[in-house]
Order: sequence, then C-alpha cells, then structure tokens
Amino acid sequence: MAVAVEHPLDKYVRTEKLPTLWCPGCTIGIVMTSLLRAIDQRIREGLLRRDQITFVGGIGCSARIAMYVRFDSVRTAHGRTIPLATAIKILRPEHKVIVVGGDGDICAIGGNHLLHALRRNMDLMIIIVNNMIYGMTGGQVSPTTPLKLYTTTTPYGNPEKPLNIIRLACSLGANFVARGSATHPHILQQIFYKALGKRGLALIEVLSSCPEIFGRHIGITDPVKSFMTLRDKIKVKNNPSLDESEYDWEKGFVIGVYLDKDDPGYIDNLSLLYKSLRGF
Amino acid sequence: MEKRSLQISMARARHKIVVISERCKECGICITVCPVKILDKSSLRNSRGFRYPVASDENRCIGCRLCEYSCPDLAIYIL
Repeated sequence: MAVAVEHPLDKYVRTEKLPTLWCPGCTIGIVMTSLLRAIDQRIREGLLRRDQITFVGGIGCSARIAMYVRFDSVRTAHGRTIPLATAIKILRPEHKVIVVGGDGDICAIGGNHLLHALRRNMDLMIIIVNNMIYGMTGGQVSPTTPLKLYTTTTPYGNPEKPLNIIRLACSLGANFVARGSATHPHILQQIFYKALGKRGLALIEVLSSCPEIFGRHIGITDPVKSFMTLRDKIKVKNNPSLDESEYDWEKGFVIGVYLDKDDPGYIDNLSLLYKSLRGF
Repeated sequence: MEKRSLQISMARARHKIVVISERCKECGICITVCPVKILDKSSLRNSRGFRYPVASDENRCIGCRLCEYSCPDLAIYIL
C-alpha cells in the first residue's frame, strides 16, 4: 500500500530544494524545523498571517534557512542582513521580519549593525545560529570561538575571550533575549513561539553543533557524538539570571529566556513621530 | 479468529513511523534520541548511498516524536 509521503511541514518548505546542502548531522536543520513549527502554531492560532512573514539571510550555512522556507525571503551581502531587514520593516510595518544568520555573519561582519539595531530596539526577530566557528569558509576563528580552541587561523589555541551575545543584547535594550540549543528542539520551539509575538527586538542565540568543521578541530567528527557532546553541556533553567549566561565551553551553557520586557519598539516611536508631524 | 487477531494488531500499532528515505543523510541522530531504541539503520540505501532508518518493532513506538523533532532533514515523522 502506497503511503502519501508528505511531511507535516512540507507546506512551509521549498521541497524541490531538498535534501538540503547542509552536511549530514548539521543541526541547522533542527533550528529551521523548530522555527517552522513555531510559525505553524502561530498561524493555526490566527495570530500571524502567512503572507506577512519575511525572511532575511546573509551568507553562510545558517543563512541558507532563508532559501529553504516557502515564505518571502531575501539573501543579501555578507553581514548586511540587519540594514536590509530594517528597511523592509520600515516600509512594511505589518510584516514579521525574521533575520537568520550565523555567528560570523551577524556578530563579526555585521556586528556594528547588530549594535545599532539593539540600540533602536528595532522590531526584528534575529536568530543567531552559533556553531562557534566560520564553518562554510573552512574553520577560521570567529568572535564566539571558545578560549584555547584550535582552529585553522589559531593553530596554537585561541587566545581571545569569546563574545557573550546575551550580555551584549541585554545591555543595549533589546525586548526579548534568549538562548536556545538545537539539541533541545521542544524548548527552542517555545522560545521561537514567544519571540514571534513580541514587539521590539527579539534576539535568540541558538547553539548548534558542526560535526564537519568545528568537530574536526575538537576531535569529534561523528555527527551523533558531536550532537551528544553539545547536549551534555546544556543546562536548562526557567528564568536564568544574567550572571548565568556565562559563555564557556568547559563549564557548559545555560539555556532559557534571559530578558522579556515590553518597551515600545522603533516602529511605534516612528509612527508617533509621523502622527505628530501630520497632526492627526 | 483471524479477524480478531488483525484487530489486536491494529490496536497495538498506535503510531506509524514514516521515513522519507530520499531525504535521509544517515546522520544517526534519530536512532540515538529514540527513548525506546526501536530505530536502526536499514541494510538498503537510498539513491545517494545513505542507509536510512527503519523501525525494528513499530508496536513499541510510544509516539514521543523526538525523532521527528530532532531530524535536521525533514525525513522522518510520526502519523
């Protein structure tokens, strides 16, 4: 008996592009499916319209999420996702603009844009898929590479302290800051679901494993071992404090929602300004 | 008698595991995360040469959907 082969999420995915380009065992696919499940939940509850979602991606493995989803999507130059997303949001304020990118794309090359989006509390949802290395270009050191780790460009161990994205986002006034992990897809889906309903900037750092490039440098190339190594380092907490957001490969990572407030975003301020100028 | 045994087997297999074999990349995450360990690598290969997962005993599936949630390639789901 032939069974109709259709995944429940096939309606949101460009199935003609499957299988994806990602390496076997790459957890970016889990981030994508968790995000699609959260969007599906929002759409089924009538809180979000399918034609009002826009994806913006840059360059990198994780930015390819924008290519595989069946929504409006743009891919732009390396690191310039946030300026483009800002423009889209100002022109189409009713759209939910979702920025996807890796740690190198958003924190290193687009780091300055991230600072100013956080400062403005721009109404975007920024997903940083953090695999702790530049994966697509061959394993160079990135701002989030843990201390003392061997990479292609640090053959004697990384001497730089890594960037803690959570602390950065909390200090600059984002509305929603959370850390998730691709090894815990249920929690990730809940975080995405919450973030989709927020106004102002929602920043989600998603830890992901990279068995091919990051795994080669730490000596774990097996996809399952790489997945389980990351899963063992994750601690789940309900309302973690900011001090627990410490980013350390040896001590492990605490995932959860670090900041959740409801300040007016940039679009609210902009519409108030327009109203005062027009006089109605 | 035969009809009765059929009914029993249908009642026991509550969850159906569907594998879209052409999308699988043999990473093995679904096999590891399964709490009742019923998934295993097939002896058959798909057109790209990957051994996709098969369920050894579908009746023991508890329907937790961890394999579906943890699959990066949308290749497995539970009906």
